Amino acid sequence: MSLSSKDIDGVTAAALEAIAGAADLDSLKEVRIAHVGDKSPIARANQSLASLDPSARAEFGKVIGKAKGSITSAFESRQRVLEEERDARVLVEERVDVSIAAKRTPSGGLHPLTILTNEICDLFTGLGYRVAEGPELEAEWLNFDSLNIPADHPARTMQDTFFIEPLDSHLVLRTHTSPVQMRTMLEEKPPIYVICPGRTYRADELDATHTPVFSQVEGLVVDRGITMADLKGTLDHFARSIFGADVKTRLRPSFFPFTEPSAEVDFFFNGRWVEWGGCGMVNPKVLRAAGIDPEEFSGFAFGMGLERTLMVKHGITDMHDIVEGDIRFTQNFGSGLR
Amino acid sequence: MKIPLSWLREFAELPSNCTPELIESAFVKVGFEVEDIEIQGADLTGPLVVARVESIEELADLKKPIRYVGLDCGEGSVRYVICGATNFAVGDLIVAALPGAVLPGNFAISARETYGKTSNGMICSARELGISDEHQGIIVLPVGASPIGSDAIALLEINEMIIDVAVNPDRGYALSARGLAREIAISLNVPFKDPAAKDYLNAHKATGSNPIQVKIDDSTGADFIHIRTVDSVNVAAPTPLWMSRRIEKCGMRSISLAVDITNYVMLELGQPLHAFDADKISEALHVQRAGTKKDFITLDGVKRTLTPDSLMIADDKKLLALAGTMGGLESEVTGSTQRIALEAAHFDPISVAKNSRAHKLSSEASRRLERNVDPAVASVASARATALLIELAGATYIGESSDGLVPARRTIDFEPQAISRLIGYEYSSEQISGALTAIGGEVATTSASRWTLSVPTWRPDLEVISDLAEEVARVNGFDLIPSRLPVGRAGATLTPMQQRKRGIGQMLANLGFSEVYNYPFVSPEMVKTLGFVGPRAASFRIANPMSDEAPLLRTHLLPGLLQALQRNLSRGAKDVAIFEIGTVFRDVSALAKVGVIPTATRPDDALIKKIYASVPAQPLFVVGVVSGSLDRKGWWGKGRNYDWSDAVSIAERIVLETGNRATIVQSDLAPWHPGRCAEIQIDGKAVAHAGELHPRVLEELNLPPRSVAFGVILSELPFAPTTTSNPVLTMPAAIQDISLFVDSSVPSAVVEAALRAGAGDLLESISLFDRYEQAGDARVSLAFTMTFRAPDRTLTADEVSEFRLAAAAKAVEACGAIIRD
Repeated sequence: MSLSSKDIDGVTAAALEAIAGAADLDSLKEVRIAHVGDKSPIARANQSLASLDPSARAEFGKVIGKAKGSITSAFESRQRVLEEERDARVLVEERVDVSIAAKRTPSGGLHPLTILTNEICDLFTGLGYRVAEGPELEAEWLNFDSLNIPADHPARTMQDTFFIEPLDSHLVLRTHTSPVQMRTMLEEKPPIYVICPGRTYRADELDATHTPVFSQVEGLVVDRGITMADLKGTLDHFARSIFGADVKTRLRPSFFPFTEPSAEVDFFFNGRWVEWGGCGMVNPKVLRAAGIDPEEFSGFAFGMGLERTLMVKHGITDMHDIVEGDIRFTQNFGSGLR
Repeated sequence: MKIPLSWLREFAELPSNCTPELIESAFVKVGFEVEDIEIQGADLTGPLVVARVESIEELADLKKPIRYVGLDCGEGSVRYVICGATNFAVGDLIVAALPGAVLPGNFAISARETYGKTSNGMICSARELGISDEHQGIIVLPVGASPIGSDAIALLEINEMIIDVAVNPDRGYALSARGLAREIAISLNVPFKDPAAKDYLNAHKATGSNPIQVKIDDSTGADFIHIRTVDSVNVAAPTPLWMSRRIEKCGMRSISLAVDITNYVMLELGQPLHAFDADKISEALHVQRAGTKKDFITLDGVKRTLTPDSLMIADDKKLLALAGTMGGLESEVTGSTQRIALEAAHFDPISVAKNSRAHKLSSEASRRLERNVDPAVASVASARATALLIELAGATYIGESSDGLVPARRTIDFEPQAISRLIGYEYSSEQISGALTAIGGEVATTSASRWTLSVPTWRPDLEVISDLAEEVARVNGFDLIPSRLPVGRAGATLTPMQQRKRGIGQMLANLGFSEVYNYPFVSPEMVKTLGFVGPRAASFRIANPMSDEAPLLRTHLLPGLLQALQRNLSRGAKDVAIFEIGTVFRDVSALAKVGVIPTATRPDDALIKKIYASVPAQPLFVVGVVSGSLDRKGWWGKGRNYDWSDAVSIAERIVLETGNRATIVQSDLAPWHPGRCAEIQIDGKAVAHAGELHPRVLEELNLPPRSVAFGVILSELPFAPTTTSNPVLTMPAAIQDISLFVDSSVPSAVVEAALRAGAGDLLESISLFDRYEQAGDARVSLAFTMTFRAPDRTLTADEVSEFRLAAAAKAVEACGAIIRD
């Protein structure tokens, strides 16, 4: 085959015209076969170079190379344009209503008692307290006697405490988490800094503010030189962490067998004083029962109901919501992340 | 206890204008919670007058008795009113509300037409005036109580602040006007006049002979007892209004003069008193235990069964009173009583508490004696009551008898600085001695660091320095105590088990489970329904359960969760996935028996070990139950419900999450479906069960079919050792699939294990991607995909094909598989 520069110009012009005239990607595909591919005139011209003598080959090679370059580049840019056009159209057609994206999996959540317990444990581990736990079914001696609550104490009647059969097993459902404090003191030597969360039991009927199965958190510190000022400071810090930086606390004199002096701690929240829990300096009798010398060490203890704390903090008005296990209640709290 | 302000004012010089806020904060400051403050008369306006009944006309033919009563209200003419009560007669003095008066409840009195008559006012009952709950008829005033037409509001002392104070169990002395007046005087720093310091019998000398004698036969029952005998008592004399009104304001009832006097003195001084009809006493009185005498009728007419150690008052022949708790019917003061023996004793608080508890008789007397009464006040109270019987009932004083000794005042030596050290506030010497004096103690100073407190007789609770510290701190105010934050020990963290509990809870919440806390109380029916046997039927039983239907402690978390599931479904929920993390109780091992354990010192290590061994191990479980969707139904499609395999995979995931390797084996543990229950093992030990619940169980509990459950014993999962990292291989992977038949009784996990064993070390992973079982065929078709990878080279097709053949051979050998190529 012989070719002239003029022929090449014609082939090139035809190819460029066809490329420009391709209205969509399908037409462009056909144009590619006819004007760009292996069997196109320009490709065939390129193949025919081999039959030319070397001087003509160099000359024509340049011409064909240039022509081929311009065709390819025109093709590519047309393809880009058409692809962009297609994308714009297709993606618009593929538009969805994103507002219908629903939760396909039912959501879960942690019970707020768990969230609060975790929060309190983190707060106190940050202050150097260990989290101590113990059995809910407990020895009577650890729940009562060792804590200076003697056999004839009113709290030890069947009206208040769940006893286990047979009665000579001396097992009770713990009425507070204080037996964990006693176990800690029996097992460890001071300094002791522990926080004891857990479930506790008292024979109260379930109503809007009471439940026979509830949760407590107690704190115990036994160290040299511990004073009631340390107790007050710890409770202040605790209250501020749970209820906000501007919450105020107050101590009121009270009575508990296991502390002396004893106090009730209240906090001022949403315009009123709320009873929070009991506290005091560990009674020397209790320290002695645990083998700790009250001349050398002193300590403080405090304890509060978590349900009550939750109710105040989250505006829960009925205890039933906390104990009934309705998933709507739990789901509302999510997993407690903030 | 309830106390009217006027009574406090008698002994404490209170400011003239005492607001409820002032009174409340004053009591709270020194440790007395105020439960309520009632302003009596605040919602009552007159005219309320004393009137005399002049005439009574019974209206006939009505469903209930109605009287048309003529009243002299001191107006010069007779006023007529309609009245429904019948407990009065012509000549009686009554209280009339005249038109214009407003009674509590915003009840305005006006002249009105009723029963065909004009009623020009109202005759009032105590309840209508809001001064007591008494509504058995209208108030009939004592003869000569007040001139006709005079103001009844003043006469009945209606306008009064009544404070209801909560008294802690260590402060028995404060269950009295005397005790509460002292406390509020301390709080407000005003003078206090002790009513127990008076000599009430000064003007009355004993004039008779043979007063009743008394003897303490059992000295563990009482320290001291005092009997005064009076004669010629006019038991029919009315109780004066000032006395009955105060008794009512304290929340008690006026009964009869003799009883009212004992109650009044108890309320004033805190000492319970009992009046016996002295003519019913054979010879002398004795404090003794019931011993062999078993039966006793108390004055409420109830026959009581006694225990041999019941503390009693008896005479030479018979029992007369349940000591400190309630008198007997036989020796009660009646309308015909002439002579009275008045008992005042300091009984053993524990014995009184036992009496009160054994017979469920919490009387005003036992409440006080249980909490300890001032032993020194018994003879004063007795004198005060005797004087009142003389003055109000015309009695003559015969004489007295007593036994035992009033305990002497104790002393406590202490170092005043120790108080400041315990409280964390530097008290001055004046603050310390001032506080201890205010509570009734006497302080003697030996040196700056050596003081002695003479303890008030009414404060048996004061024993050691911390007791004194409490007094000093509360009298000076807890608000003095500074706030200081101590920091504990470095390195405090959660234990691995605490972290595990948290992590698993968080994981389940993220998977769509809602956490619940259930009561651990279970009914025997539930145990039966769930088919629990063995350790899971070995329940501890509560001696005094909330409900007789559910006396057992849970051995598993399923019962509570299934009930919570029922509750959620009954409230309309469709998709319920709930879990609980909690302990269970199983009575499966012999527990140590412990006897009496000391509390004065630490028990020795052996005894502590025994105490610990008396408590059963309480394993920690996580259990979940689910009914409904994993993937909800919606515009995207039909969704998918949770099924047995989801339950198994969650249980497995919990085990894997703790770094353990799980082996899943077929099981048939109740209450799961016997064909759809997996047991998860670690080193051959069962740690979890999961699958679909038994259809019968679901039906009995009215739960949806195909509900599923899993349970993992968190406390049984070993703590995995530190993970050793495997190198991440980067050479290309080669995939081989294998299809085979096995007998349908062969678990796919067993086939997988055989393939894994045969495939060699370069097997990276294997998974079942298809399972097909044709009905009626005893075989099941399984298809696995195996991924091989070498650490150092690209595997050739020949190599992996050999691995595949080796794996197949092992499956044939171990499981009788037939390879389907």
